[in-house]
Amino acid sequence: MTTETLIWLIPLPPALAFFLIVLFTNKSKALSHTIAVGAALLSWLGSMIVFVRALGVEHLGEHPFESSINWLPTGDTWLKIGVLVDPLTAAVLFFVAWTVLMIFLYSVGYHNFGQPAGDHDHAGLPPHGATIEEHGHKHVVPSIEPMYSRFFAFIGLFAFGMFTLVVSDNLLTLFVGWEIMGLCSYLLIGFWYGKPSARNAAVKAFMTTRVGDVFMLLGIAYLYSATGTLSFREIFTEEVLHTLATIPSGVLGLSAAGLIGLLLFIGTVGKSAQFPLHVWLPDAMEGPTPVSAMIHAATMVSAGVYMVIRMFPIISLDEKTMAIVAFVGAFTALFAATIAVAQNDIKRVLAYSTISQLGFMIAALGIGAYVAAVFHLITHAFFKALLFLGSGSVIHGMEHGVLHTGNHKVDPQDMFNMGGLRKKMPITFWTFLIGGFALSGFPIITAGFWSKDEILADAFGHGHIFVFATLAIAAFMTAFYTMRQITLTFLGEPRTKEAEHAQETPWTMTTPLVILAFFAVTYGWVGIPEHFPLLGGLVPNWLHEFVGGTLAEHPEAVEFSPWPLITSFVVALGGLFAGWLVYRNINSPAEDKLQISFLKNKYYFDEIYDYIFVKPAIWVSEVLVSAWMDKGFIDGILHIFGPATGGLGSFIRNKFDLPVVNRFFGDGTADVTYWFGGKLRAVQTGRIQQYLMFALVVFIAVGAALYFFLLA
Amino acid sequence: MNFISTHLLSTILFFPMLSAVVMMFLPKDENKLFRWFAFVASLVPFALTLVAWFQFKSSQPGFQFQETYVWYEAIGSSLHLGVDGLSLTMVLLTTFLTPLAILASFSISDRVKPYMMLFLFLETGMLGVFMALDLLIFFVFWEVGLVPMYFLINQWGSANKDYASLKFMIYTMGGSLGLLLAVQMLGVLFGTYDLVTLYERWNSLEPGAILLGMSVHTVKTIAFWAFVIAFAIKVPLWPFHTWLPDAHTEAPTAGSMLLAGVLLKLGAYGFLRLVLPLYPAEAKMFAGALALLATAAIVFGAFGSFGQTDFKRLVAYSSVNHMGFVVLGIAAAAYSIGTQDATIALNGAILQMFNHGLSAAGMFFLVGVIYERTHTRNLEEFGGLFPLVPVYGGILIFTSMASLGLPGLNGFVSEFLVVRGAFPVLTAYTAISMLGLLFTGAYILKGIKKVLHGPMNEHWAHGEHKLTEINFREIMVMVPLMALILWIGIYPAWILDVINKAVVMLF
Repeated sequence: MTTETLIWLIPLPPALAFFLIVLFTNKSKALSHTIAVGAALLSWLGSMIVFVRALGVEHLGEHPFESSINWLPTGDTWLKIGVLVDPLTAAVLFFVAWTVLMIFLYSVGYHNFGQPAGDHDHAGLPPHGATIEEHGHKHVVPSIEPMYSRFFAFIGLFAFGMFTLVVSDNLLTLFVGWEIMGLCSYLLIGFWYGKPSARNAAVKAFMTTRVGDVFMLLGIAYLYSATGTLSFREIFTEEVLHTLATIPSGVLGLSAAGLIGLLLFIGTVGKSAQFPLHVWLPDAMEGPTPVSAMIHAATMVSAGVYMVIRMFPIISLDEKTMAIVAFVGAFTALFAATIAVAQNDIKRVLAYSTISQLGFMIAALGIGAYVAAVFHLITHAFFKALLFLGSGSVIHGMEHGVLHTGNHKVDPQDMFNMGGLRKKMPITFWTFLIGGFALSGFPIITAGFWSKDEILADAFGHGHIFVFATLAIAAFMTAFYTMRQITLTFLGEPRTKEAEHAQETPWTMTTPLVILAFFAVTYGWVGIPEHFPLLGGLVPNWLHEFVGGTLAEHPEAVEFSPWPLITSFVVALGGLFAGWLVYRNINSPAEDKLQISFLKNKYYFDEIYDYIFVKPAIWVSEVLVSAWMDKGFIDGILHIFGPATGGLGSFIRNKFDLPVVNRFFGDGTADVTYWFGGKLRAVQTGRIQQYLMFALVVFIAVGAALYFFLLA
Repeated sequence: MNFISTHLLSTILFFPMLSAVVMMFLPKDENKLFRWFAFVASLVPFALTLVAWFQFKSSQPGFQFQETYVWYEAIGSSLHLGVDGLSLTMVLLTTFLTPLAILASFSISDRVKPYMMLFLFLETGMLGVFMALDLLIFFVFWEVGLVPMYFLINQWGSANKDYASLKFMIYTMGGSLGLLLAVQMLGVLFGTYDLVTLYERWNSLEPGAILLGMSVHTVKTIAFWAFVIAFAIKVPLWPFHTWLPDAHTEAPTAGSMLLAGVLLKLGAYGFLRLVLPLYPAEAKMFAGALALLATAAIVFGAFGSFGQTDFKRLVAYSSVNHMGFVVLGIAAAAYSIGTQDATIALNGAILQMFNHGLSAAGMFFLVGVIYERTHTRNLEEFGGLFPLVPVYGGILIFTSMASLGLPGLNGFVSEFLVVRGAFPVLTAYTAISMLGLLFTGAYILKGIKKVLHGPMNEHWAHGEHKLTEINFREIMVMVPLMALILWIGIYPAWILDVINKAVVMLF
């Protein structure tokens, strides 16, 4: 099979799995997950083959694998769609295929496959456990998810969206994948739709990202009308880029490229949950704990960053747009980190850390650090997937404890209810530790260190001191809250009975953890800068060479400077140490000095948005448009026609028909006739002599008149 | 067979009407017979339309399958039928939706015979508008379509049917008074109502010449608005839209399906068949005004929909929103006629007509399915129904997503083309219409949220009120719709190519 054909086929198995499960196999749980995991495996296999073949091509950036077909007729020309694998795609495909496969496998265990059906479980609500009898006494065990098959259908469609987005050679099918993932995230966040909180979170996620999407659609329309194409390879030619950079857009003094870049970037702000559209992501944790959270955190949000990386040649044409991108990224990185410090829900901490890390990537892109952004995108996907799956495993273990004690008031996600889990869940602990250290940028060993360090080095080396300082502070806080999380969850002694009875999760859940932990460490080694002290040059900086080749002009590696390196060391180790120091003896939220309500409530953004956007929108819809404008004003005018026509009719009847026509002409004539009749009645006496007398008189009168008029 | 191949269009056109007449003589009270008779009778035009679709040569300019019969010689009007890529697409939509609407009506048990007959009459009325190449015939069918719909709403509608049917009838008829006058004027001026002739002769008039005591320019401007208002009411364009929520909401389910699916398209078709070719200069001059109204329809339609508590009204308002995109595309094309932007915008507008026909018919049907079972349309009385009706829920989400314009389904393709075509010429309006697109999401999700999601309303879970799952017949109504929705979403070229060629040759 040619590589091009193979690329076309990569997204298809999960889509097929979706249709198969929805239409045919939804009754059989085992068959459904077999189909879904099998599909993910096929896509993974295809991706790996393509990846390996891509590695073998010299100058892949100039001679990528590509293939396209006619899709939309537009007058004499066609809008083509197709697939493209250049170095960037290959690198992204690699991590997407791995993380997707891991999620699929993990889901089998997470949704309690093999366990009995619950005692009182309902579709639309999380399973509550089943009572079984073993060795003569009853106890409660986790029960299987009632909508097990449906879950696999949804994540299948989700994977289809992501693969489509990655292999697209044009912005339109990229957008198709983008939106399909939007739908799936809506369906998965609202998977337990019976819970009002999940239902609202789903709508919130869809609507918030849609704000970005409509801007992105405008950007696509603008780009398409300005260049006549949406294909990446056709847009990123010197000629087209030059034109875009030189024509003014007429908005904010931006060039066309600047405005297009900005509009597309707003799409990313929504999808990757950047400030000010970040509000949906933490609520997205309402989905089935780790899995959908993981999808949102490690896969879909990566799509936003991937898109701006893809469009970098356009965005980088205008400095103003770049400055906005850098600012939004850096600000979000710090802003989200401050919120993460005060969260107690194990998943919410990770959600905010995701927003923050995505901010790192966006900021990196905004300062032109192309390769660093890609690097961090990939390493982050691995370690964040690991952390989310790990947190899911923790929650799963805690839920086991909750079922054991039967005390359902204990929140299995609250870190203050945990503690000491390292002994109960060793695999989860060690892998989580690796993930956490990677997130903190623990020096040398972890992948997160290398990618984060490269961003800092780029910021420093290119003189973006403001970005550098902001990111450095954010990195310190990252290490701090990560260690807080690890300390509260795994270290010390169990703080509740439930934590004491927590249990390690099955192999389907731990295997993905181990594999992802492997990448969370090793992936950093492919991007060690050449001039790094001691280690530099031992392994070639493959990533820089490979991914840098995507751009027409190979980006220069930044010169080595000790300051960013020292900063990386200090913030990572300092943050980790501080986190451990502060939280090792804290046992309840009351003792935690950082539970500031301002931070805990996320700077009140939800409340503010509700007040200035949501409520007014409802008012405009229900009152202004529906009640006042349509029912009141427009129908009011229309309803004038009814009475007006009626009024005109009754006017004509009462003022003309009745008095003039009826009374005067109609009745009038009758009256006159009647009156005459009355008068003439006197003549009708019944006496024949009188009649003959009248006849004679009339005869003489008529005869005289005839004689007078005719003969005379 | 030979007769049919030479009289293809007239067979498609009059078959439903003749079947209705035959139906009149069927024995009384045989409801099952009436239903199947009407259903089969409506399948025949569909099959013949497919024949026409495959025989149609999309690259050939002008009208095909033309037929002319003497009709009213004295005033120069003849029954001239013919289709091009534009009208054939609409004919396909009509003959495709009518059998589905009739199948959807199988649950009607009140006076089935007249009901089914009215549907068949309605089909002829709608098809006539799309096939007519004679202005007077166009107008006749335009009005003929109103009558069956009036009775369908008035006799089989829900609570507020008298108000709704009257508003629908009077409003549309009132709007077409100007159209009638303008049509008469054209007929008097040229002694013929034949469209093909009129295109040429009307457009070759000198703008400065004197006509009826006024300059040609003034006459054309007045006639332009007479046409536009008639069509704008039908589409409907803001602020002429308020008949629509009432009529759609009160009509029986299948009536709403055709009302939204086809009747609204008559207005948009009028713009494309008559306004743009007959008044290119005026259309260009007033394109801004049209775009303003279209944008208002998009934005206010979406807000209006979001503000409803009645499920069917919510869907009804969505039509205002979606048809706004059709007119936005037409306005953009009018403004930039002859350019590639115009072609793209028109491609989008025409495809949007077809797409909206599919998704709106589907949505109305699904609202009907749940209304039939619960006898309420109040969104507040539903809630959490998904576990009770999982198949229905899945179908509802699918169709809702088509209506929302989810990429991968049909609505996205056409909306994207309209936005792309309109963006360079009507940038500000396009940008504002994005607000409407955003709220499209809001109202669609509101519908799903209130009906399917959330805590289950126990009222529908047990006993006599227990909500039953969508049945086989109802699924069969949705399957063809969903298949087309998906097919156009994934590979739109099969239909868009026909539209595109027609647009390139026409404008």
